[in-house]
Amino acid sequence: MNKNSNTYQILYAAVMVVLVGTALAFIYMSLKPRQDENIANDKRRQILSAVHVTVPEDSIRDAYKQYITAGMVVDQQGEPVDTTLEAAFAVDMSKENKLPADQRKRPVFVGTMTDGSTKYIIPVYGAGLWGPIWGYIALNDDGNTIYGANFSHQGETPGLGARITEDAFQQEFVDKRLYKNDQFLSVEIVKQGQKPTNDADYVDAISGATITSRGVGSMMHSGLELYDGFLKKLQNNNTNNQ
Amino acid sequence: MLSKRNKEALFNPLSKENPVLVQILGICSTLAVTVSLEPAIVMSISVIAVLALSNVIISLIRNTIPTSIRIIVQLVVVAALVIIVQQFLIAFDYDVSKQLSVFIGLIITNCILMGRLEAFALNNSPWPSFLDGIGNGLGYGIILVIVAFFRELLGSGTILGFKVIPQWCYDHGYMDNGLMILPPMALITVACIIWVHRARNTDLQETSN
Repeated sequence: MNKNSNTYQILYAAVMVVLVGTALAFIYMSLKPRQDENIANDKRRQILSAVHVTVPEDSIRDAYKQYITAGMVVDQQGEPVDTTLEAAFAVDMSKENKLPADQRKRPVFVGTMTDGSTKYIIPVYGAGLWGPIWGYIALNDDGNTIYGANFSHQGETPGLGARITEDAFQQEFVDKRLYKNDQFLSVEIVKQGQKPTNDADYVDAISGATITSRGVGSMMHSGLELYDGFLKKLQNNNTNNQ
Repeated sequence: MLSKRNKEALFNPLSKENPVLVQILGICSTLAVTVSLEPAIVMSISVIAVLALSNVIISLIRNTIPTSIRIIVQLVVVAALVIIVQQFLIAFDYDVSKQLSVFIGLIITNCILMGRLEAFALNNSPWPSFLDGIGNGLGYGIILVIVAFFRELLGSGTILGFKVIPQWCYDHGYMDNGLMILPPMALITVACIIWVHRARNTDLQETSN
């Protein structure tokens, strides 16, 4: 058979693509349960890390059960529409991010620490330089002060933008306040040595990673602003209790 | 099993025909995944696996491939193998797969692969092609591991994540060299290895005229 005839080439390419496609689909389907489990476990690790709990790989599940005691999905006014942890965990932030603000699900994870204090962990999602970045911001029960933060990314530059995952950067957010005089200001990320123009609390950006740092800033601003209703309620509860 | 020619296919790429040191191929990933030792080792194993398997597959079907679409056929085989490696990593070593992220996908564009498929597998039977793949993968992997060893040791003071530089060194003013973690130092480390390698193999040195 003539190997260089058009028919042979087209048939060859077609058969090859079908064979390879089938093989890949089969492998993907058979590995999927394991992969999903890994991805879910990684999400648990990130949530725990926001409240300063770091445990070895194999005890993530137990630690998650111990510390993350409740979860809910709230609406724009901060009213819970679903009060199960599973519902909050199942929300896909990358999809929610595309919806208009009034239709979005707003998951909240509730952490109970060993000293009995309650932390509210809010997921945020945004864009870095090369791809999506996301994070979990843990707030004290005053609905204002940050207790801890954890950031992750898909493909930021190693050594530059990827450093948002490092402890040194994440620790900067601790004890920063989101509200000043009942006004939502978020936490600004500014070049070292500079200050934001408004009164907002701020942290130093990562030098050499301006776009990623800016991405974290706007992700926190737009992400946490959505929870304004919920956070205001926490603040009111807190002042009433005092 | 190991005739003289097969031995050459397996062992020559380790030194005299090393893809990184002599042919200067696969530099991009050498810069990118050598900040620490663990991803470098996983990357090496992945490249060895993909290179050996794609060499064998291309060699097996070499007589059926129409010449005018052979590059596409090679790409499909390599891409399929790379996706399989990636899926296995996500399923069995999620942390490493996150660290390597895009670089596993970039094995497809690793010049060593297409180079070996074109230069060797298309003209040789499966067994020598397999050895050639292993040899070139190892030649690439050795350099990756050496570079990663020095970058992790000098940049973070650790080897495979374990602290090896004792605390009293830090107490007496020793500091990890942050520059080693940045990509340019990988290039300089590779250059130093090439320097040593050429100094020991005088026949590889270019004459100036």
